[in-house]
Amino acid sequence: MLRKIRLIAATLCFVLITLLFLDFTGTLHGWFGWLAKIQFLPAVLALNVGVVLFLVLLTLAFGRVYCSVICPLGVFQDVIARIGRRGKKLPYSYSPALSWLRYGVLFVFVLALVAGVGSLVALLAPYSAYGRIANNLFQSLWMWGNNLFAYLAARVESYAFYEVDVWMKSLPTFLVALATLVVLVVLAWRNGRTYCNTICPVGTVLGFISRYSLYRVTIDTDKCNSCGLCARQCKAACINSKEHKIDGSRCVACMNCLDVCRKNALTYAPVWKTKKQATGTEKPEPEDKTNLSRRRALSATALVVMGSALKAQEKKGEEVIMKRDGGLAPIKERKEQEKLTAIVPPGALSIRNMRQHCTACQLCISVCPNHVLRPSGDLMTLMQPEMSYERGYCRPECTKCSEVCPAGAIKPITKADKSSVQIGHAVWVKANCIPLTDGVECGNCSRHCPTNAIEMVASDADNPKSLKIPVINTERCIGCGACEHLCPSRPFTAIYVEGHERHRVI
Amino acid sequence: MKNQHINRRDFLNIVGITAATTTAALYGCAPKDQRGSGSKASSPVPTDQMTYRTFPGLGDKVSLLGYGCMRWPTIPSPDGKGDLIDQDAVNELVDYAIAHGVNYFDTSPVYVQGWSEKATGIALSRHPRDSYYLATKLSNFSNYTRENSMAMYRRSFSELQTDYLDYYLLHSIGGGQGMKTFNDRYVDNGMLDFLMKEREAGRIRHLGWSFHGTSDVFDEVLAMHDTVHWDFVQIQLNYVDWRHATGRNVNAEYLYQELEKRNIPAIIMEPLLGGRLSNVPQHIVTRLKQRRPEDSVASWAFRFAGSPELVLTALSGMTYMEHLQDNIRTYSPLIPLTDEDKDFLEETAQLMIKYPTIPCNDCKYCMPCPYAIDIPAVLLHYNKCVNEGNVPKSRTDENYREARRAFLVGYDRSVPKLRQADHCVGCDQCNEHCPQAIDIPKELRRIDQFVEQLKQETL
Repeated sequence: MLRKIRLIAATLCFVLITLLFLDFTGTLHGWFGWLAKIQFLPAVLALNVGVVLFLVLLTLAFGRVYCSVICPLGVFQDVIARIGRRGKKLPYSYSPALSWLRYGVLFVFVLALVAGVGSLVALLAPYSAYGRIANNLFQSLWMWGNNLFAYLAARVESYAFYEVDVWMKSLPTFLVALATLVVLVVLAWRNGRTYCNTICPVGTVLGFISRYSLYRVTIDTDKCNSCGLCARQCKAACINSKEHKIDGSRCVACMNCLDVCRKNALTYAPVWKTKKQATGTEKPEPEDKTNLSRRRALSATALVVMGSALKAQEKKGEEVIMKRDGGLAPIKERKEQEKLTAIVPPGALSIRNMRQHCTACQLCISVCPNHVLRPSGDLMTLMQPEMSYERGYCRPECTKCSEVCPAGAIKPITKADKSSVQIGHAVWVKANCIPLTDGVECGNCSRHCPTNAIEMVASDADNPKSLKIPVINTERCIGCGACEHLCPSRPFTAIYVEGHERHRVI
Repeated sequence: MKNQHINRRDFLNIVGITAATTTAALYGCAPKDQRGSGSKASSPVPTDQMTYRTFPGLGDKVSLLGYGCMRWPTIPSPDGKGDLIDQDAVNELVDYAIAHGVNYFDTSPVYVQGWSEKATGIALSRHPRDSYYLATKLSNFSNYTRENSMAMYRRSFSELQTDYLDYYLLHSIGGGQGMKTFNDRYVDNGMLDFLMKEREAGRIRHLGWSFHGTSDVFDEVLAMHDTVHWDFVQIQLNYVDWRHATGRNVNAEYLYQELEKRNIPAIIMEPLLGGRLSNVPQHIVTRLKQRRPEDSVASWAFRFAGSPELVLTALSGMTYMEHLQDNIRTYSPLIPLTDEDKDFLEETAQLMIKYPTIPCNDCKYCMPCPYAIDIPAVLLHYNKCVNEGNVPKSRTDENYREARRAFLVGYDRSVPKLRQADHCVGCDQCNEHCPQAIDIPKELRRIDQFVEQLKQETL
């Protein structure tokens, strides 16, 4: 019964959270956005005391149900394990806790959190890891499916579906997501919740609490005949059937063991109601899993290092212009301008706030309808969102990223707020400006500036009839990138946005 | 696929011939106007009932339906860069047209990215040279020099694989700066004298010009008839332009009457306004269909263009087989408009000009835009939305939400994002090429602002 409730709740949470990452329109967030906000690490980073308190109390009362129901990565591992152990009735066995690894990872994690090394935090955080997998690997499939429907809809003149661009937003992040998936599949396929009980810092923290939880699974030594069925059914490998002991810090309260015991020796009940409580210390039993975990940790680190070396390949455009009727001029692919400071979305307050709070779950990137947000390739902020305007600009009517962020890295803002937040400022590059290079009128930047920060003035101050060039009033500029995106100069624009370390309100 | 097409064509040919024979056998006892039973659209396309026009001075027997070679079908280039002409499809269309009595083909060196003459030449070279009339033009828009113009003239012969041209046109008179541009392009460089000599030599059988512009230029060039002797003039004529010409265009009624005074045959271009007279608001469709339920919407425009007696041929740039078949039906034979029909179409024209569509006929003269905008695609999308009632005036409109979605989703479908109106820099290079005198940057800006209002919901 308990197991069934767990299964239903977990399935519901998992499906809905996955949909949050798939739904590029952002409509589901209106109803189920809270599911991302009750995730442990984002709540901690958002200083969401209510949620953190709730999760702590939940764990204190019922053990690590969070890991079994709410955490999408946990449930995802259960799904993999279920497929992996198809046919095998009793696939697991008890193994002692790898405490040094657990605490070691937690220590590194906290250190990274304090030092503001967002990339390492993001790499280890479970919810973010799942978000990356869902965004990088599953969302593209979802979008292709959508595009198929859009194609069919277009043929019947229906506007129910529209096509969306599917593109590689960041190769390093994609590779990290892929590697995480591979490691998870291998670990979960073979040994269930190894990740949760050796690597996951959230698991370790909740383990501290669940050790003392009110409700917990205990073995009635009177009834137990030490058959070991429960231990071999435990995906957390936390039941020491020989010593009738269950490691409460690793038990994820999945309830699988309850049904499997033929003697009804296992109960999930308040601690005061259980007759006997096993005591004793764990006996370390070295196993080859240590090596595997270490290897995983090493490979994960290696990936972070490797990530910075990989840059997306740029295509070279070719241009042939002839005045013959018809045809389309080729479009040179836009190249990203080197920026001194990265641009982070309005609501992020500052680069530092972003770095400290973002868990790189990619939720904002999943919903950005203008293809502005993409994962950073910088080693310190790897996989955290940053903005670039090659494919679109931060449109005035959109505040999607601020609506979905669960971690307080992008605080909720209104459209009115947005129009007065300076996230960066435009910079003019004389060498690329087409009135000067092509000798034609332009002013497209000025025309599309939502704050009228760009004025067109005669390029030759002595000749008021000379072609006009833009001058930027940086006090008015909010850094939305309309000018940069709509600048006709390619591959490099004649106007681009530099980010601000700290956002200002004008 | 290809085989299927050929089989279908052969089949249609056979059916057509059979039907023709039957019709011929019955002809004696059937009233002239009456057609075979069954729906017109499903009946075979007649092969031998095309209406032909002859004029004493010309000596040619020209099919009333002329093939405009400005809109040949294209396919994506294998290297992924742009489009190429689909020669197989061109061959198929040309074969079908000739088999069904079409014998006039009108092209230009600049059409379809400069490939039209070659593609037309390839398709037509598979037929005897005396089975069709060939028309092409001196399209020296960007370089007026004698050398360049001569090179263009010679190129037409090689591309079209011929040693004579039946109809040769000074292309798009009235553009640019009116008479000055005309003199620059044809008089001062001696090209007009040269072409008249070529006519004497028989390499050009008929010399004329096509016109887009103001009436003073038309009058002045037409007055040259006394010295030059224009064999024909090509004008834009349709039931909207007859009395409601847009931009700087002149009402077709005036142009036609002027030609009538001098008894110069008229060749009709834009009888359908690039499809705008086929793709009309629903209530206009209803209106036209109610009057003649079996006829297509387009057939009204073609009957209008073909009815005046001085019309030699009406050109249609048919990209699709279905359009070709429909037009062949309309002119096999032509059922001339009655006076009531003409009044009815004039009323229809008055209803249509109330719609704020942009008079773009998708001729693509403005293309390629150096800043990569797909100008006709943007304008056509806008027109489509105007006709379908998807251009809301305000957020409080009843169908605002659906119209907004249809406009925005349809916009992204019709035009890639980087080729949309917001990328127009306003360099103005397109405007001089537009035969309809549309202020393209102005219209693009208007559409861009409308799109912004829809996106930001500030309408």
